Amino acid sequence: MTTFAPSDYQPPASRNAVKRVRHYGAVVPALLAAAIALLPIAVVLAIALSGDGSDWPHLIQHVIPRSTATTLWLLALVAAGSASIGVTSAWIVVAYDFPFRRTLAWMLVLPLAVPPYLAAYAFAEFLHFSGPVQSAVRSVFGFVTPRDYWFPEIRSTEGAALVLSMVLYPYVYLTSRVVFIMQGRNIGDVARTLGAAPLKVLRRVLLPVARPAIVAGVALVLMETLNDIGASKYLGVQTLTYSVYTTWLNRSSLEGAAQIAVMMLVIVLAVLLMEQWARRRQRFHVGRATQIKSHPPRVRLSGLRAAAATLATALPVSLGFGIPVYIFGDYASRRLYQFTDPDLAEALVNSIMVATAAAIVTVFVALLLIHAARLDRSRPVAIATRLAMIGYALPGTVLGLGLLFALARIDNTVDALARDLLGVSTGLIFTGSAAAVVLVCSIRFMALAEGALRGGIEKLPPHLDEAARSLGRSPTRSAVGVMLPLLKPAVLTAAVFVFVDTMKELSATILLRPFGFNTLATSVFEDASRGAVEDGAMASLAIIATAIVPVVLLSGALMRDREANL
Amino acid sequence: MSIHTSRHTLSRLPAAALAASIAFVPFAAAAADTVNIYSYRQPDLIKPLLDAFTAETGIQTEVLFLESGIEERIAAEGSNSPADLIFTVDIGRLQGAEDAGVTQPVVNESINANIPAHFRDSEGNWFGLTTRGRVVYASRDRVEQDTITYEELADPKWEGRICTRSGQHVYNIALFASMVAHHGAEYTETWLEGLKNNLARKPDGNDRAQAQAIYAGECDIGLGNTYYVGLMQTNEKEPEQKEWAAAIKVLFPNSEDRGTHVNISGMALAKHAPNRDNAIKLMEFLASPTGQEIYAEQVFEYPVGPGAEASDIVKGFGEINPDTLPLEEIAANRKTASELVDKVGYNDGPSS
Repeated sequence: MTTFAPSDYQPPASRNAVKRVRHYGAVVPALLAAAIALLPIAVVLAIALSGDGSDWPHLIQHVIPRSTATTLWLLALVAAGSASIGVTSAWIVVAYDFPFRRTLAWMLVLPLAVPPYLAAYAFAEFLHFSGPVQSAVRSVFGFVTPRDYWFPEIRSTEGAALVLSMVLYPYVYLTSRVVFIMQGRNIGDVARTLGAAPLKVLRRVLLPVARPAIVAGVALVLMETLNDIGASKYLGVQTLTYSVYTTWLNRSSLEGAAQIAVMMLVIVLAVLLMEQWARRRQRFHVGRATQIKSHPPRVRLSGLRAAAATLATALPVSLGFGIPVYIFGDYASRRLYQFTDPDLAEALVNSIMVATAAAIVTVFVALLLIHAARLDRSRPVAIATRLAMIGYALPGTVLGLGLLFALARIDNTVDALARDLLGVSTGLIFTGSAAAVVLVCSIRFMALAEGALRGGIEKLPPHLDEAARSLGRSPTRSAVGVMLPLLKPAVLTAAVFVFVDTMKELSATILLRPFGFNTLATSVFEDASRGAVEDGAMASLAIIATAIVPVVLLSGALMRDREANL
Repeated sequence: MSIHTSRHTLSRLPAAALAASIAFVPFAAAAADTVNIYSYRQPDLIKPLLDAFTAETGIQTEVLFLESGIEERIAAEGSNSPADLIFTVDIGRLQGAEDAGVTQPVVNESINANIPAHFRDSEGNWFGLTTRGRVVYASRDRVEQDTITYEELADPKWEGRICTRSGQHVYNIALFASMVAHHGAEYTETWLEGLKNNLARKPDGNDRAQAQAIYAGECDIGLGNTYYVGLMQTNEKEPEQKEWAAAIKVLFPNSEDRGTHVNISGMALAKHAPNRDNAIKLMEFLASPTGQEIYAEQVFEYPVGPGAEASDIVKGFGEINPDTLPLEEIAANRKTASELVDKVGYNDGPSS
């Protein structure tokens, strides 16, 4: 039946018939997963609503205005810092050829392996009066006391922005580099053959095309900045997250703390909307472009310009990765005996197990959510799957508390039922088990996996799997058989992001873990919290080393794979 | 329902993950001869003490170190909670655990005989084991006086010369709360304002960093706990910390009048302690003069009991004359103290 109708004419009957098909097999599990992810957030919301608001006169008068301003300023600085570092280094690496380019291309990802709280400590030590930098300044200029000269203060909002930018820019670097590689080598070449200089190509052609990828990377950076407590507390920056803690712990008001956390979700929603807006404006499909398997040459730099390119790309690596490794390597070199400490080995195994499990669970659930949202284009499903991501922006302890209360309620209900019906006690099944740690990390980092996967899908030609479906495959089978293989790089990226962030995760893990279960991050914290970060140096290096492996693999895979989807 | 889906999800994972998830089945909550401890004190610090207990009684101990949220965790776990004992520093947290209803009273003659009444809850919900003074670290070179008062720290003569850690840190909150208890909120606000204006820089770092700053010449006066001096003096791995310790002298504020502000570390019996008898045995051991001495020596603190002695290093700091203000009053004024810190903008550092 091929009647040609005006575009605004839609035959009601047939349209309804198509719409009626609900894919319960995909939608119901997805909605369940979304409900589990939203459970701790719902608990936090309930705690917030149970408060009587008695904290607010104080909060409004003395806390919120200041900490909101600090938080927004920090977010703005980190966004600017990470975007400019990430985009510039990605562009230099893709467009030019210079000494050490190949090495630097993967080394630029390394700071991602450094937890922000360790970076903050390392920067503060490195730039301290008795650290190497100021000592050198003094010996060159002949100063003696700190009152003889001015030196920028790392323990400030700007200092925290520097530290966070230096360890978080790789998100932007990774997302924009892939676009530069794929789009740049194609659209960019067209512009170049028309006579445009590389820089002009970047500004006029590539930046607009890469904008969704850049914004996606910046959104991740902003969420990590918002939920950070370790770095900002250490550097004395009083963010909203910081006031969540002081309200809870010093003024004994968990309700007030939950209310601030809920208020912070407004900022998150703004970030998510910004990201969606940036993506909607530019959908592009790499599939077609990658059919051109040419390798256009990079512009070869020489002399001073080559040296400048090497320096410019080496700088972020030496700051974000070099400084922490230098500081902790120095401490660790005086504690080599820790290397054979069985506790360290056990913590390493625990970290890897939790991170692997969280990566698998999170990627699986994120795929499920995206698949359901693609099949069922109804609003409620779209909103539910989107909302499942906001756990990322809550401070880890708050999310952990929400999950703790929810799991404990479930465990105690099951236990009461079992006692009544069977006369046996099941005890606490989930609360205080490593499974709770995996669950909280999966919920916390769902947004990372979802962002990477969604980015990958949007770059594929649309309706690819629909072709398979038109040939009689079921929606889920065509998604698994057709889409999944094409999404391999995006799946890898998502898994690596979650693995690395779980390796670094501290605040939710420490709250929910069982007896005798230390991860590398919790054992570092044990030492740091009694003022002896030095003793945690070996575990710190182990976190960084373990996170490096997948980060480097990922960077290499994305570099090689011209069909990369992130 | 949630449990069901989680299992369902796990069952669809590759074999490796499944194997890992089997390892994640929660640990058996209570073996026969065990005491489970939820602790804000680092396991390394209490290990010698717990080892001595195990050697004496054969009872094993398990420690779960938490950063925050012990009360919430025990409350959520309810009657199935594996926690027997709570270990923490700071009166605010001990009182907080009692207020949250996660402790139970212990009335035990041997414990009460070893811990003076003003270092334990009147109903036995918590017990202090060691005390630490919040003292002034003063530069040996640049500060001449050998006595000082907390009140004096607001004197303009110290302008640009004082360093402290964050005003919202529990140690400072307890000190400020004791100021509120002694002098009222109004006085304390003015005093905090003065202290803030005397700061050399924004409050940051830990107590050790204040000694480091004095050593470096950034400031002349710092606030810190007594035991950090011992930790720095004996730090063999980072010997430069010995130099920091050597650059400062410990002044016990108000030693000539109302006494130096002290805070405690202590223990409480968890409400649903599954191993109650063993836990009480451990409490008796900790309260005994031997237990207090091992603990106090390990952490460079003062034992609370009259029968126990401080270690030689701790005695070397000088004589402490502790403030006799009831600890409950400090706990009761923490909220006010925390609000005043926000109100004067203490953590923003000196205004100029």
